[in-house]
Amino acid sequence: MVKKMQAQEKKSNKKVVAAIGIIVLVVVVIAAYYSLGSGGQSTSTTRVEVITINGAGATFPFPLISKMSSEFSKLNPSVQINYQSIGSGGGIRQFMVKTVDFGATDAPLNDAQYSNVTGTKPLHIPFTIGGVVPTYNLPGVDTGLRFTGPILADIFLGKITKWNDPQLVGINPRIALPDKAIIVVHRSDGSGTSFVWTNYLSDVSPEWKEKVGKATSVNWPVGLGGKGNEGVAGIVTQNPYSLGYNEFAYAVINKITFGAVQNAAGAFVLPSLQSFAAAVSAASTVLPKGDESWSKISIVDAISGNISAADAYPITSFSYFLVYKELNTLPGMDVARAKALVQFLWWSIQVGQNYASPLSYVPLPASVVALDEATIQMITFNGQQVFQGPVIEG
Amino acid sequence: MEDGVESLSSNAYPTFLSKQSRIKRPIKSTQKGRMTSDRIFKFATATVSSTILLILAAMIIELYTQSKLSINVFGLGFIWGTVWDPAITQVFGALPLIYGTLVTSALALLFGVPLSLGTAIVLSEIAPSRFRSPVSFIVELLAAIPSVIYGLWAIFTLAPFLRDYIYPILQNTLGFLPIFQGPIYGLGVLSGGIVLAIMIIPTVSAVSRDVLFAVPDSQREAAQALGATKWETTRIVLSYGRSGIIGSIILGLGRAVGETMAITMVIGNRFDIFTSLFAPGYTMAAVIANEFTEATFDLYLSALIEVGLILFIVAMGVNVLARLIVWRSLRMVRGVVFE
Repeated sequence: MVKKMQAQEKKSNKKVVAAIGIIVLVVVVIAAYYSLGSGGQSTSTTRVEVITINGAGATFPFPLISKMSSEFSKLNPSVQINYQSIGSGGGIRQFMVKTVDFGATDAPLNDAQYSNVTGTKPLHIPFTIGGVVPTYNLPGVDTGLRFTGPILADIFLGKITKWNDPQLVGINPRIALPDKAIIVVHRSDGSGTSFVWTNYLSDVSPEWKEKVGKATSVNWPVGLGGKGNEGVAGIVTQNPYSLGYNEFAYAVINKITFGAVQNAAGAFVLPSLQSFAAAVSAASTVLPKGDESWSKISIVDAISGNISAADAYPITSFSYFLVYKELNTLPGMDVARAKALVQFLWWSIQVGQNYASPLSYVPLPASVVALDEATIQMITFNGQQVFQGPVIEG
Repeated sequence: MEDGVESLSSNAYPTFLSKQSRIKRPIKSTQKGRMTSDRIFKFATATVSSTILLILAAMIIELYTQSKLSINVFGLGFIWGTVWDPAITQVFGALPLIYGTLVTSALALLFGVPLSLGTAIVLSEIAPSRFRSPVSFIVELLAAIPSVIYGLWAIFTLAPFLRDYIYPILQNTLGFLPIFQGPIYGLGVLSGGIVLAIMIIPTVSAVSRDVLFAVPDSQREAAQALGATKWETTRIVLSYGRSGIIGSIILGLGRAVGETMAITMVIGNRFDIFTSLFAPGYTMAAVIANEFTEATFDLYLSALIEVGLILFIVAMGVNVLARLIVWRSLRMVRGVVFE
C-alpha cells in the first residue's frame, strides 16, 4: 500500500518535472524565435528606409487624412503617414507631450495650451472645412426646416420644448408643426462636433455662453446623449420629433433630414459645400498668422455682422494640423523626417485638396491656402528653414 | 511534510521494522526528487500568482496617483457631487454616475438572474439530455456577441419596441409609481438594465448549470426516496449548490457593473439623479468611455480617472459583499448537510 503510494508520487513528480521542462523549453524557443525574428525585421527596415510620420487627433477629418496619406505614400513610397483618429482632445494632448509629429484638431489651442509651449511656437495649419447641421426627425417634414441661432439655443437650453412653439411656427409658416415635445439629442462623447455646435450657440445666445459655454463636452441642460455621430444619428432616426446635430458629411451620407440656419445677414442658408466655402471666404480676412494664437478664431464670430456673407452657412469650422515651428524640439526628429513632414503638409494643402469634395469636405479657398503656405515656410529644423520648394508634383 | 510519509509508515506498521528500513532508501530518493520539483513548482506558482497581485497593486497605485489632483481639489465631495461641468465652472461630482451604475446593475440582476437560473434548472433537472447541449450551446453563444452589437441592436430594435409596446402598458397600469412616470424615449435606464440583463444571462446560466450538474445524485435520490416532488427536489438541489450559484451571480454582476459600450449606447447618457426608470441616466464606465479622449485639461482627466478609481472600489466592494454572503451560506449549507 505504502509502496504503491510512493510509486504514484514518484510518477507524478516525474510528470511535474517533465511538464516544467517542456514549459521552459517552449519559452526558450519562443524567445529565441522572437529575438531572431525582430533582428531580421530591423535589418529589413534599414534596407528600405521608410520614414514613418506619426499623427493623432480629430476623428472628423480622419477619412480625408486617410485618403491623403495613402495618395501621398503612392507618390512617395519612402514616407508613411500613420494617423490615429483618437479625438481632438487626445490629439492636442499628444501634440503637447510631443509623442506625435503632428496633431489634428477641430478646436484651436486655447490660450493656456498655446502659452504652455516653451522654446518654440505651435503652428495652426487649417487643412479642411466642416460644418455641423441640425438634424431632425419630423414625420412628413423634409430637409429644410428653418432655425435661427437663438431658437436652437433655447431648444438646447430647454426653454423651447414643443415643435409648434410660436417662434418656430413664425419662421416656418408653410409647414404644419405638430404639438409634440422636442426630444433633444446631443453627443455624449467629447468631440470637435460638439465644440463647433456649442461655440455657435455661445455666439448667438448670451445665456448659453454664461450657463453652458463652449467645449468638446459640456454640462447639457436637457436631452439624450448619443455616442458618436452614429449614436446621435441612431437616436434621431429612431425617435420621431427628435432634434440633434451631426457633421454635415455624416448627415448627407446617411440621408438624415437637416435644417437651414439663419446667418448674420438674415438669410436662411441650407448647409452645403458652397455655403461653407462662402463662410470661410468671409472669415479669411481676419485670420491670424500661423504662429499666432488662434484661440479667438471662430468662423461664426467672423461672419456675424458681416452683411456681405449672405450665402454663408454660420455653423462652419476649420480642422487644423498642429506642428511645432522648430521641429528640433521633438524627440527623435531629424532632417529627413522634418523634410518628409513638411512635404506632406505642403502637398495636403495643395494637391491633397482635390480629395476633399468627393468625401464631402470643403476644399480650402485660395486665401487660406496662401496663409498656410506662409505658415509652412516658417517651419525650421535647428533654425534652418525646412521647406525647399514643392518637391512632389501630383 | 518531509518526514510525513516516514512517520506515517512507522506508525501504521510498527511491527515490520526491517521492511521499513528496506523501503527507507526509495522514500528518501523520492523525497529528494520531490523537493526539487516541488520547489520549482512552488516558485512557478508563486511567481504567477504574485504577478497578478502586483498588477492589481500597480493599477490601484496608478489610479490613485493619477486622480490625486481631483482628490485634492474636490475631496470627498466628489462622491456626492451632482454637477459635471467641464466647460464653465470645471466642477466634477460623481454621484449620478455611481447611482446610475448601481441602479442599472440591480435591474440587470433583477431581470437576468431569474431567467438564468430558470435556464440552468431546466437544463440540469428537467430537460431530456438530448436537448441539453444544443440549448446550452445557444445560451453560451450570447456571450460571444460583442457588446457594441448589443448596443446597436438595442438602439435600432429593442428600444423602439419597448417604447412602442411595453413601456406604454407599464405606464398605463403602474403609472402611479414614480419609477414609471415621465416621458418615454425608449432609450433610458430601464432599457439599459434590460440589455445588461441579456448580457449577463450566458455567464450566470452557464456557471449555475455546471454547479447544479455537480450536485451529487445522492441528494436527488435521497429527496425522492423521502417522497419529495420534482419541485421540492429542485429546491434541495438549489440549496446544495447555493454558494456556486451566488458565485455565478457575482460574475454576472461584475460584467454588469463594468459594461461600457452597450450601456452607453442605450442609457441616454444624461448626467442626472433620475427617479423614473424611463428617464435617461449615466454610468461610471460610460462616462469614462465617452469623455476620456477629449479630456482637454488635467483636472478633467484626473476627475475621469477618479471615477475609474471609484468604479474599481465599487466593483471590489460588491465582490467582497457577495463573498461574505457565499461564506455565510456555505456555513449554513454545511450545517444542514453534515449535522
